[in-house]
Amino acid sequence: MELKLPIYLDNNATTPMDPRVLEAMLPYFVEKFGNAASRNHSFGWVAEEAVDYAREQVAKLINADPKEIIFTSGATESDNLALKGVFEMYASKGNHIITATTEHKAVLDTCKHIEKMGGQVTYLEVNPEGLIDLKELENAITDKTILIAIMYGNNEIGVIQPVREISTIARKHGVLFFTDATQAVGKIPVDVQADGIDLMAFSGHKMYGPKGVGALYVRRKNPRVKVTAQMDGGGHERGMRSGTMNVPGIVGLGKACEICMNEMEAEAKRLSVMRDRLENGLIELEEAYVNGSKEHRLPHVSNISFKYVEGEGLMMGFNKNIALSSGSACTSASLEPSYVLKALGLGDDLAHSSLRFGLGRFTTDEQIDYTINAIKDTVLKLREMSPLWEMFKEGIDLDTIEWAHH
Amino acid sequence: MAYSDKVIDHYSNPKNVGTLDKAKKNVGTGLVGAPECGDVMRLQIEVDEATGVIADAKFKTFGCGSAIASSSLATEWLKGKTVDQALAIDNMDIVEELNLPPVKIHCSVLAEDAIKAAINDYRVKNGMPELELEEKKH
Repeated sequence: MELKLPIYLDNNATTPMDPRVLEAMLPYFVEKFGNAASRNHSFGWVAEEAVDYAREQVAKLINADPKEIIFTSGATESDNLALKGVFEMYASKGNHIITATTEHKAVLDTCKHIEKMGGQVTYLEVNPEGLIDLKELENAITDKTILIAIMYGNNEIGVIQPVREISTIARKHGVLFFTDATQAVGKIPVDVQADGIDLMAFSGHKMYGPKGVGALYVRRKNPRVKVTAQMDGGGHERGMRSGTMNVPGIVGLGKACEICMNEMEAEAKRLSVMRDRLENGLIELEEAYVNGSKEHRLPHVSNISFKYVEGEGLMMGFNKNIALSSGSACTSASLEPSYVLKALGLGDDLAHSSLRFGLGRFTTDEQIDYTINAIKDTVLKLREMSPLWEMFKEGIDLDTIEWAHH
Repeated sequence: MAYSDKVIDHYSNPKNVGTLDKAKKNVGTGLVGAPECGDVMRLQIEVDEATGVIADAKFKTFGCGSAIASSSLATEWLKGKTVDQALAIDNMDIVEELNLPPVKIHCSVLAEDAIKAAINDYRVKNGMPELELEEKKH
């Protein structure tokens, strides 16, 4: 098969939609356009039926009851609803939330907002593997703690937190457990019963579904969890999330979940083999390091630092042909390199030198071969141009140099 | 963010990558930036002692495409200039030539700093007083 360029290896940012998902959605734009809340005519009934069916598809993937699925506009909204909703609903019980420094900004910034509203938030550090310490978690719990918010799989390094152990601790202390599982649902088995999850956020466009739709799982039994609505209006989604249902989006999310349910296991195997091949090919280079735990990791993610070259400069060597992300500051509006990599204890220099690979359903072996070669060539070329590489090769310890800080 | 054609050209075909013998009296070396900031530039000039003209210039840069392009361009401009003429190179000339966007202006400032640091190194080696340099914002 001829290799088509550019190659997309940024599936943690977003995934392409599966054509089967698009096919399922199409009738719900023009032909079956009804409002799912219209109770008095067939247009509404058809839409409602589609939403109900999607709710079942979504629930099945995570082993939940359909009634426990609240549709939202995406994981950011679900994160906000879970955190702020619990904070408001359980105000009489306490005001303390425990989270971690490597969480997504949608969780961290929401926690900052909650702090401004009088909440107390503990941000747990992670070890060099990217994992939280369970003892530290348990020690952080006070009689004011209402929620533990720890993500399932990390978006930058793919590290999977010990979710079951976390929920056991939460249960023991009567604290709710919320997890942002945006990168995990549809990629690895996520089971809200076995995992002991009380609230869980996830999104359509990270699992080959459409953008603009996501869900929040809210447990109904043992314990019954409630969240205060953050959007007031018509009382949709059992009063927890008002707003006309995004019927085509919800249908798409449902179909995406169904496909993941059927294909996830084989896909995860295939992608982890490819990911390992990519990773092993690249760390043949001198001074190339995998970031985060290799043992507890999503099957399709790899994050590698190529010491002595800078991430954005590196990407420029192949970004016409390969799309991926870097932890370098230069790729973001802020001038700080990745806070996740820094939380692992990486120096800024290594964080600046990192690339994130996100493989996906449509990644091929030919693409992996091309990527290994293109990145190796660029790293070697840029190292020839790097004063740091020259110093390293001369045996100069870069830490002994007095750098002019700007 | 798209790069200008000139940045892409310097990145793909950088001019004057390399190392001059820093032990030589007529070679000035400037090393600016810091690894943790994501940019380090080393710029070197070799001065023809008879004429005071910069006969050769080399660079090595750790940084983004704009940083590499800024230092590549700087070495091109330096060659053939006298040391005094070289001092007149302003970072905004680099910004204009490479069409750098506002977030990349610091790359041009770093290149100007590297030029001045190299010249100062050359001056000090040859018994001339170090020049006081104004601090530019990065």
